Amino acid sequence: MKALKNSLREIFRYPSAIFGAILILLLIALAIFAVIKIPYEEAVKHWRGSEEYVYKNPKNVPPEWYNLFSKKNLPVSFAVVAGEDKEFTKVVTVGETTSTIDYEYSFDFQYDDYPQELFLYIQSNHQTKNPFLSVVLETPTGEEIKISDFGTLNNQTYRFSQDQKLSTRLRRLYGCEVPTIKGLFSIPKSDPLEINRGKYTLRIMVTTFEENNDVRIEFVNHGLVYGLFGTDHMRRDLTIAILWGAPIALVFGLVAAAGTSILSMLIAAVGAWFGGWLDELIQRITEINLVLPFLSILIMIGTFYSRSIWIILGATIVLSIFTGAIKTDRAIFLQVKESTYIEAAKAYGASNGRIIVRYMVPRIIPLLIPGLVSAIPSYVFLEASLALLGLGDPTIPTWGKVINDARENGALYVGQFYWILEPAALLMITGLGFALFGFALDRIFNPRLRGM
Amino acid sequence: MIELTEKKQIEESQNIDHKSFVLEIEDLEVYFELKKFGFQHAGFVRAVDGVDLKLKRGETIAIVGESGCGKTSLMRTILRLNKPTGGTVRFDGDVINSMNSRELKEIRRKIGYVQQDPYGAMAPFMDVQTILEEPLKINGIKDKNERLSRIKKVMEEVKMTPVEDFLNKFPHQLSGGQQQRIVIARAMILNPNLLVADEPVSMLDASVRVEILKLLRALQEEHNLAVIYITHDLATVRYFSEYIYVMYAGQIIEKAGEHDLINDTAHPYTHALLAATSDPDPKNVDEFQDVPPGEPPSLVNPPAGCRFHPRCEQMISGKCDVYRPFEFDLGDQHLVSCWLFEGNPVADDHGVVLDGEIAENKL
Amino acid sequence: MTEEKVLRIQDLKLHFITTRGNVQAVDGVNFDLEANKAVVVVGESGCGKTSLAKAVLRLLPKNAGEYSGKVYLKDIETMALLDEEYRKQIRWVRMSMVPQAAMNSLNPVLRVGDQVAEPVIEHFNANKEEAFHQAAKMFQNVGVPVDFLSRYPFELSGGMRQRVAIAMALITKPDLIILDEPTSALDVLTQANIFNLLKRTKNDHETSFILITHDISTSSELADMVAVMYAGQIVEVSNSKQFFSNPYHPYSKKLMTSVPRLRIKTEPDFIIGKPPSLLNPPTGCRFRDRCPNAFSKCEEEPPKIDFSGDWVKCWLYEGKGDIR
Repeated sequence: MKALKNSLREIFRYPSAIFGAILILLLIALAIFAVIKIPYEEAVKHWRGSEEYVYKNPKNVPPEWYNLFSKKNLPVSFAVVAGEDKEFTKVVTVGETTSTIDYEYSFDFQYDDYPQELFLYIQSNHQTKNPFLSVVLETPTGEEIKISDFGTLNNQTYRFSQDQKLSTRLRRLYGCEVPTIKGLFSIPKSDPLEINRGKYTLRIMVTTFEENNDVRIEFVNHGLVYGLFGTDHMRRDLTIAILWGAPIALVFGLVAAAGTSILSMLIAAVGAWFGGWLDELIQRITEINLVLPFLSILIMIGTFYSRSIWIILGATIVLSIFTGAIKTDRAIFLQVKESTYIEAAKAYGASNGRIIVRYMVPRIIPLLIPGLVSAIPSYVFLEASLALLGLGDPTIPTWGKVINDARENGALYVGQFYWILEPAALLMITGLGFALFGFALDRIFNPRLRGM
Repeated sequence: MIELTEKKQIEESQNIDHKSFVLEIEDLEVYFELKKFGFQHAGFVRAVDGVDLKLKRGETIAIVGESGCGKTSLMRTILRLNKPTGGTVRFDGDVINSMNSRELKEIRRKIGYVQQDPYGAMAPFMDVQTILEEPLKINGIKDKNERLSRIKKVMEEVKMTPVEDFLNKFPHQLSGGQQQRIVIARAMILNPNLLVADEPVSMLDASVRVEILKLLRALQEEHNLAVIYITHDLATVRYFSEYIYVMYAGQIIEKAGEHDLINDTAHPYTHALLAATSDPDPKNVDEFQDVPPGEPPSLVNPPAGCRFHPRCEQMISGKCDVYRPFEFDLGDQHLVSCWLFEGNPVADDHGVVLDGEIAENKL
Repeated sequence: MTEEKVLRIQDLKLHFITTRGNVQAVDGVNFDLEANKAVVVVGESGCGKTSLAKAVLRLLPKNAGEYSGKVYLKDIETMALLDEEYRKQIRWVRMSMVPQAAMNSLNPVLRVGDQVAEPVIEHFNANKEEAFHQAAKMFQNVGVPVDFLSRYPFELSGGMRQRVAIAMALITKPDLIILDEPTSALDVLTQANIFNLLKRTKNDHETSFILITHDISTSSELADMVAVMYAGQIVEVSNSKQFFSNPYHPYSKKLMTSVPRLRIKTEPDFIIGKPPSLLNPPTGCRFRDRCPNAFSKCEEEPPKIDFSGDWVKCWLYEGKGDIR
């Protein structure tokens, strides 16, 4: 173990190793954060994209920080709930037979483009008598645009651009056909349409007819940018995929790399130690397996059997055990087998199993470690590649899946670069981090072992 | 006249008690098969070709020979790291030729093995305590405290004190002499009856050699061990062993007590070995040493008759190159396999039959 | 008749810079060697003998620190030469080396003939044919069959490979050959053969030798003089007759008694303790801690006391010879 500490000290003499290590630690931190912040079941549910999870998200929008790079300042999406978010005030006035609730929300609109859509999500706990809503929007230039009057059910969604009456009113205001959202946010009668920047106030007056009739209103604005990582075609927040891609990639990569390395090593050790027909058998199996087309078999399994990530992981490991590693490990074991101390061990009665595990394997572990670390990104990329080919597990958010979705929806053709670049960047960071660290490990561990 | 003696008759008349010998080797043959292309038979390497050896508790013998003479194979067969192809090896009276691994484990705890390369003999990733614990763990000493106390005891015996200083050290942190002491400690830790030491000092510095040899001698006297000391250095043999076997090309060609071998040398090969071993003498500079020409023979196709005959100045044509020499008894436990000593009583005819005809010679 | 000295070493120093500090491997070595003679440098492992060979031949590792002193090869002061001059004029032209475990230092992928011929091609601008012709002659000289020229090292036995290494060192007919443990891994008969070869070469070719070894018994086969090295310094240089019968330095005496003899029945003795580390050698006499005759003056660095050609670095001989 002291040797390990010394090696670690040596590693950090290389700047590339430090950099790689930092990247890896960041990824691990990201993975831990993801697992804690959004537990697995949650993530899967979010990723399924059902309405209850995605209603606040606009479709296919880049992340908020995109505004830092774009010339236009794009409107940010938001969602506020009356009474819960303090800017959205809610004042209840109780009367004898009716009560009124006054909602008011002011927001500053300083953007260079229009939001996609505006919604009101209304939930009322009334029994029989529907409350009545009156919605008005006050623009910065002082106009009060009447949005709508309507009675609401227990659960109702009001979508601004689908209201015909509102379009008609706006047409009258502008003197021509104008899309609802643009109409709400432009200076009236401007040609070309100019955005009306300034403070907007949304006022809703609700009249309730029952006692203790509470109405929950959520005002949702689908802007042109959203969140940390943007959204995809199913309006899913890409944060989930980006965050959760980390633990999945790391676990897949680590389990595959470790599983393959360790199993290969043990099989090589057993073959080298016992020799004879066992060794020959293992070698022949390895040779046959080397000839089989790895990716094609995985594709076949994915297409005909199952796309579950655990099945693919299992198949990967099984197909990767009997490969070149067995041959190189065996070569080393054949040398180690002739060591004097192993002869001594036989002389004091050590059993075959003990010799293999206690005396031979520790000699190869230092060699194994750099190989393992360097192999992790290959397995991460493997999973991403499979996802890209359409064989990814559809229920789990992974980076590869995101790239696949992006590709299927022609993201690059419509300029939705963020959709591809975000997962790609993370894949590259993973590869870079492990590769740098792995190379440094290689430099440390291997020269010493050349004196074997 | 050649007096042929029936070995078997003598044995029975003497009622040889096998149990009185720690090690008894009769007519041992160790052949390794050569295969062409991995499966085609292409001959045998006759590493050990008819060797007899007896060792009692408390005796120290040396096996002397150059590399390639078969002493390593002989030693490995004694440790049952090889299986004999013919003959018998008895340890404490029991034949070990075909014992299975469970039975062998019992035998192995009674044999200590000290190897030539002190650093190589220890796993580089294990510290001293782990190295010494392994034989104990393997042979069923389960109690941790008992193991530790045995380790301490044996380390004191090999003078690696203070013990605590060394327990956590790794092999590369010790000097050559210290490494060999640990290897000896490991060999002694199971309280063996027999110690096999294969060139235990040849990789050590000249000044450390004496230390280690003295240690071995002290241990031998203290524990009444039987010791087999294998070497090619005749000078140290004198110091350490009572009886010496000289081995050449898979066969024992002379055996004698230490005094007789050096002062009353018989076999020409032994003469050559002695002549080639230098003592620090300034006169050596002016004299060339007499070295028999050629090299030791291949063990795949050894020469007919006496295996040394192609290099021997005193070879008798028609005899030495045809018949394997009988083993002649020169008295006082001094035996030699050489036709030059015909006329002495025959101890072993190796199954060779003379009588004017081409003999059934064991090649 | 003055014997011309083939080698004079004055105050040679070679230190190595390691992560643990400055290893003073060769710390002020002085001795002379006459033409056609062999000097044996004896000492325990870790005393700096191999570093001495490297220092004389300027085969310095990357972490070499201080490297100073004077080395006179006949008339040339080699330390003053630049690296390239040294390579062209001295190394393997007038001085060559048979390194430790020489048989493992042969290039496994080249034929031995090529390897032995290479120094001739490189230093004497000979063409391949000539060089091979010389190599063949040298093979005969050292006792390797000529048809082995086209073989690879792994096809030769240990003794043969050692002879090839010696042939490689001899082929440029140097004035001086340094042999570092030439026979340590070889059998006793092969060893005797090699030493016969070296003896013959010393006489026939007028070559001088520096033989580095810890094996005192075999060194007596070649030694005209013995230099004893301890902890980076030479503590005694005496002619072989003196050394093998009655050496001066207490360390030499202890070394002689630690040798097991074949022809005399003796109880060999050993030296307690270990040689000091070359990282921080003790002040004064470095053998002080292990010396049975140490006394108070030994805390100072002992002078070199000369006995008409032989000298010893020890306070016990103060007043008995000339101080150098």
